[in-house]
Amino acid sequence: MLDFLIPGSGSGKALMAAILLGAGCGLLGCFVVLRRVALMGDAVSHAVLPGVVAGLIYSSDRNPAVIFAFAALAGLLGAGIVRLMMTTTRLKSDTALGIVLATFFASGIMWQSRNQQDTVGVMNFLFGNVGSIDASDLRMMIVTTLMLLVTVFLLKRPLLLVSFDEGFSRGLGYPVRLLNALFYFLLTFSVVVALQAVGVVLVSAMLITPAAAAYLLTDRFNKMLWLSAIFGVLSGMAGALVSASYNDMPTGPVITLSATLVFAIVYFVAPRHGVLAKLLRVTNRKNRVRRENTLKSIYQILEGEGFAHSEVSLIMLAEKQRNTEDVIRRRCRALVRHGLVDYSPDKLSVQLTETGWKRAMELVRNHRLWELYLTNEADYAEDHVHDDAEKIEHILGSAVIRQLEQDLDFPELDPHGKPIPQLPQSHPQQFLTTKP
Amino acid sequence: MVPALETHDLTVSYHKRPVLYGVDVEIPQGSLVGIVGPNGAGKSTLIKSIMGVVPSAGGWVKVFGKPLKENLHRVGYVPQRESVDWDFPVTVMDVALMGTYGKLGLFGRPGKKERLRASEALDKVGMLPYSNRQIGNLSGGQQQRVFLARALAQDSDLYLMDEPFVGVDAATEAAIVTLLQEMRKSGKTVLVVHHDLQSASEYFDRLILLNMRLVAYGKVEDVYNNELLQKTYGGRLTILSEVADQAAKM
Repeated sequence: MLDFLIPGSGSGKALMAAILLGAGCGLLGCFVVLRRVALMGDAVSHAVLPGVVAGLIYSSDRNPAVIFAFAALAGLLGAGIVRLMMTTTRLKSDTALGIVLATFFASGIMWQSRNQQDTVGVMNFLFGNVGSIDASDLRMMIVTTLMLLVTVFLLKRPLLLVSFDEGFSRGLGYPVRLLNALFYFLLTFSVVVALQAVGVVLVSAMLITPAAAAYLLTDRFNKMLWLSAIFGVLSGMAGALVSASYNDMPTGPVITLSATLVFAIVYFVAPRHGVLAKLLRVTNRKNRVRRENTLKSIYQILEGEGFAHSEVSLIMLAEKQRNTEDVIRRRCRALVRHGLVDYSPDKLSVQLTETGWKRAMELVRNHRLWELYLTNEADYAEDHVHDDAEKIEHILGSAVIRQLEQDLDFPELDPHGKPIPQLPQSHPQQFLTTKP
Repeated sequence: MVPALETHDLTVSYHKRPVLYGVDVEIPQGSLVGIVGPNGAGKSTLIKSIMGVVPSAGGWVKVFGKPLKENLHRVGYVPQRESVDWDFPVTVMDVALMGTYGKLGLFGRPGKKERLRASEALDKVGMLPYSNRQIGNLSGGQQQRVFLARALAQDSDLYLMDEPFVGVDAATEAAIVTLLQEMRKSGKTVLVVHHDLQSASEYFDRLILLNMRLVAYGKVEDVYNNELLQKTYGGRLTILSEVADQAAKM
C-alpha cells in the first residue's frame, strides 16, 4: 500500500532513505540532547549489532522486518541492562553504558565471524550503505518513521515535560515510567531506521549532531524540533548524493561529516549562542569601554582647568591617556561617529556634544559614587577603590545609581575630595556645549 | 471538614537507609504550614514522599480524605529550583502552561482557556511581562516566581513547596510570603519546606519540626519554644542514625 511512495531508481531509494532517517533521528535527537543521554544513543546503536547478526542468520530471505525486530530487541535489551546496572549497584550511567556498549558490540562481531556465509551484508550495517537499501527495506523504514513522527507529534508535551521536570510530571499524575520507556523505544526505533544507511558505529552522530546544531540556534522547543529534522534531512541527503557519486565510499561517514559541517557552520554563525556572535559582543563591549574612557579623560582635563574652556586638544588628550597622537586621533574619530564629540575646525582639538557631556558626567559620577560606596559602606581603603570603579563605572544602571545616592545620602564629594557631577538636568549652564 | 492532608506512619528509605520514620500529621484545610529542621532531616523527602516522587517504605497518605491517586488533581507541587535544567529551550509562558497539563491529559493541547489561566498566574507573581523570555535569562528570584506561577495555574487546593525561598532576593521573598498568605485566605492549604528558623515563626501559622522523625507539630505558639527546637536541632538522633547505618549494611 505504500508502494506509491517508493521511488523506482536506486538513487531515488537512497535519497528517500536518507530523508527518512534524517527526519526521524533529528526529531528524537532533540530529546536525547536535552535529556543529556547522548551516550545512551551510542550504547543502543552498538547494542543492536548482535540483533542484526541474528536477523541475517535466521532470516534466509533477509526479511527487513525480521532484521528490524531483532535489532530493536537487542537495542532495548542493552538499554534495559544499563538501567538494571544503575539501579542495583552504585555505578553511574556513563560506566554502565560503557560496559554494555562494548559487550554487545564485541558479541555481535564474534557471532558474525563464526557465521560469515550467512552474514555477507554485515558491513552495510556496520558502516552504512544507502545503495544496499531495496524496496522492502524502504517500506519498513517508512512505516517506522511514520510511527515515530506520529508519536512525537501526539506526545510532544508530555515527553518534553518528563525530560524537563520529572518530579513535577509525577505530581501531575503522568505515567512517568511509561513515558520514559516510550522514549527509549522511540530512540531504539530511530537507531534501527538509520542503521542500514549510517551504520552501527556512527548512527549516534545523527541523534546528536543535528539536534545540537538546532539547540545552538534557538530557545524554542518547537523550532528546535523543526531545525533539527531539517539538518538531519540535509545531512542525510548530502551523504546519499556524495556516496552515490563516489563508488565504494561508505555512506555513514559521509552523512556524519555532513552533519558535522552543518554543526560547524552553526557553531560559528549562530546569532546568540555562536562563537562569532560572542566575539562580536566582546569586541563591541571593549570598544564601548574604550570610548567611554576617552570621554572621561576629556572631562577630567576640562575639570582640571576648572571648566574654563570647552575644547581639549588632541595633544593634551594623548598625554592624559599616555598614548600616541595617532591612537588618540582614531579614538576621537570613533567618538565623532557616535556623536559624542565634535572636532574644532582645524581638527586639532575636540569638544563634547550634548550627549557626550551627559555620558561623560554619568561615567565620572558612577566612578566616584562607587568609590565612595566602597570606602564608606564596604570598608575598602581609599587607595584600593580606583581599579574596581574603573570597571564598574561602565555597567552601573540608573536604578543602582539612585539606590547608591540614597544609601550615601546624596553626597557631593568622592573619597579623594573631587566633586561628584550631579544629574545632567541640574548641572550648571556652563557645562552645556556652546557651538561655535 | 476532612483534613487537607493526613499522613500515617509515613516511612521513607534511600538505598535501604531509612531517612524518615513514621511521620503522622493531620493538616486542616486553609492552613499555612512550615516544615523546618536541620540539613538532612528529611524535609524535602517528606514532601516528595507525600507526592509519590520518592517511594515510601511504609505508612499511608490521604489527601482530602482519599488516597493521593484519587485526588492528585487537587494537589500542586513546586519542586526545588535546582532540580531542573534552566537552559531548556522553553519560555516563561511554556512553564506556566505546564501547570494546566494535568487537567488536559496526555494528548490534550492547551488552548485559549489554558493560556488565559497561565497568564493570570504569571500576572499574580509579576512575571507576565517576561512571558516570552527563555527561562535561563531570568534571575533566581524570577525563576522561583515562574515555578510558583506554574503551581498557581494548576488551580489546586493543596500546595507542597520545596524550598521556595532558597536563592531569591528580598523583594521576591516578600512577594512570595504575601502570595502564600493570600492563598491561605482563599481557603488553600500550603506546606512549605523552609530552611530559616527565624522567619519561619513569622511566615507560617503551623510548624512541622522534623529530624528524621516528627519532633513536634502544631500551631507556631505551641511548638516554637526552646525545648522543642533544641530537640529538633540538637544534633543527630544517634540511635536512629546508627540503626539506619546498620540497616544499610545488611
